Amino acid sequence: MAVVTYRDALTQALREELQRDDTVFLMGEEVAQYNGAYKVSKGLLDEFGPMRIVDTPITELGFAGVGVGAAMVGLRPIVEFMTWNFALLAIDEVVNAAAKMLYMSGGQYKMPMVFRGPNGAALQLSAQHSQAWESWFAHIPGLKVCTPGTPADAKGLLKSAIRDDNPVVFLEGEMLYNTKGEVPDGEHLVPIGVADLKREGDHCSVITHGKMALVAMRVADDLAKEGINIDVVDLRTVRPIDVEAIARSVQKTNRAVVLEEGWEICGMGSQVVDFIQRECFDDLDAPVLRVHQEDVPMPYAKNLERAAKPDAAKAIAAIKKVMYLD
Amino acid sequence: MSTEAKRPPTQKRAEKGAAGNNGSDAPPANDAAQTTVEQRRELLHSMMLQRRFEERCAEAYALGKIGGFCHLYIGQEAISTGVMSMIRPDDYVITAYRDHGQALARGVTPRSVMAELFGRADGCSGGKGGSMHIFDAKTNFLGGHGIVGGHVPIAAGVGFAIKYRRGNQLCVCFFGEAAVNIGAFHEALNLASLWDLPVIFIIENNRYGMGTAISRSTANEDVIVRAKGYRMDGESVDGQDVFAVRDCMSRAIERARKEKRPTLIEMRTYRFMGHSMSDAVSGTYRTKDELEENMKRDPILLLHNRMFEAGELTEGEMHKMDDEAKAIAQDAWDFADASPEPALDQLYTDVYADTSS
Repeated sequence: MAVVTYRDALTQALREELQRDDTVFLMGEEVAQYNGAYKVSKGLLDEFGPMRIVDTPITELGFAGVGVGAAMVGLRPIVEFMTWNFALLAIDEVVNAAAKMLYMSGGQYKMPMVFRGPNGAALQLSAQHSQAWESWFAHIPGLKVCTPGTPADAKGLLKSAIRDDNPVVFLEGEMLYNTKGEVPDGEHLVPIGVADLKREGDHCSVITHGKMALVAMRVADDLAKEGINIDVVDLRTVRPIDVEAIARSVQKTNRAVVLEEGWEICGMGSQVVDFIQRECFDDLDAPVLRVHQEDVPMPYAKNLERAAKPDAAKAIAAIKKVMYLD
Repeated sequence: MSTEAKRPPTQKRAEKGAAGNNGSDAPPANDAAQTTVEQRRELLHSMMLQRRFEERCAEAYALGKIGGFCHLYIGQEAISTGVMSMIRPDDYVITAYRDHGQALARGVTPRSVMAELFGRADGCSGGKGGSMHIFDAKTNFLGGHGIVGGHVPIAAGVGFAIKYRRGNQLCVCFFGEAAVNIGAFHEALNLASLWDLPVIFIIENNRYGMGTAISRSTANEDVIVRAKGYRMDGESVDGQDVFAVRDCMSRAIERARKEKRPTLIEMRTYRFMGHSMSDAVSGTYRTKDELEENMKRDPILLLHNRMFEAGELTEGEMHKMDDEAKAIAQDAWDFADASPEPALDQLYTDVYADTSS
């Protein structure tokens, strides 16, 4: 297995699917001549030309709608948002058009398309550029929502998303693009809706997704030195969500912490806790705790930003609390 | 992607607006828009069918057979009929929520439209869409869409796909004049012109966005000038005159197929009913006098009078045609009434497609 960056893994997925199916095209701001704001589409213009790697004006609502229209009549668009913060301008096309087209047309019009781009906070980008949107999109029937945390999952899930006949919201981690990991050689597909047990242990389950999966793995490695062994359930996809994987882990460990990048109220963790109380009521030895961003817009100052974000220390404190070790 | 247009955009304005045209002009001279007597009868029949069908819709709404929102097209039929009579079966049509008339004119069966309005299993959208979401893949009718302006970029996307495949179809996109103030309209027009997409954007200017007059919503009521802002050809026509609609469409169609360029058309019309079935036909926002004045330019009446005066239609033939339209509307009603409600297991179908490629 080759070790590649998350960014290169995504580029590989795009290249392979563009080669495989000539109805696939990529559009968005700076994706072609500039090689992508985060260089995910580097080299693709040269290989596939301007009809398939399409630079757009700064017009999120417009080009998201173009993607919807193209998908309606049989193309397989990949719409890149420079960041998901900008996608709010296009949310009508994602939620009111793409997510509902199949249903409100009585099954006549499929939406084989992907909306993708970086999600969540980076460093000191402050309030408008530091937000994790997965719970917004996971709320919507008709969408699928992928949140890969590792290069292998990024590649495998993106390839599956492009091949899926449904609209897929694909949330990449801005801080993940430079992270490295092993990616299987050859054709590598990760099924949408299947969680992955990234670490195994009997003492506590940490249920997480996206960028926080990396934090959880680090926490698992650190705690292992103290003799605490945790399950890290990386959901990878938050819609559909792998309830069985959550239940399997919690029924084994009897304790759970849900770790996510977004805010507390109506966050992904709210949903995971609901599944746990329904599926694992008699298994729990402690209340389930959640670790998430503080309930404030993201501040700019370094110290305040650090205080606002979920991190390993906060996760460890929560794990020890549900284990009654604090 | 983008290529520089060689031609400067044109801004044409019909000599007669929606008001003041007595409807007695000879059909325009453009070859593609010329009609035979038989075709003129078909145009009249198409308009009368929409009218009689929607009169039954109003009745069905009052009886509770149709629920939710129900926006009638009555008064605007020359636009749907004129446009659909000019395009090909492999072209695409997308529209907003005032969509029954356009669906019928496009050839969606009256039975399947009425069954959809009744929320029945045999509706064109399986009873899941309702009045605002008429979809019919057989006729490339890409829906009724319920968010003002939201479907205008989708039309650009259909145009993009046509270009991507090097096809020579086009996409017609209908919306009301109130949509020209929403961002989606502007973003779509910019992209369609920038990328040379074969889309015909049709503003059906019925002068009211719900209950707000255009003078109260739009800084420059001359909405067609917005074409110029996007280096697009634009034209305003009398939308009550089916021949003017066809004539204008013939130019836009040629532009789309040969030059691969979009067009913005303002069709000046008038809504004879309220915004939807839940509001009064006239009242707080427009006067009865204004309504009655505009109803004198009923598009069906204009075509009827023209054919009658030209000796192309007798009163007897007119009555026969009307009876036929009524019979089709009755048949649609009977069909819809007899159609079962969707099976409960349909609740969870079509949320996701279960295939991938």
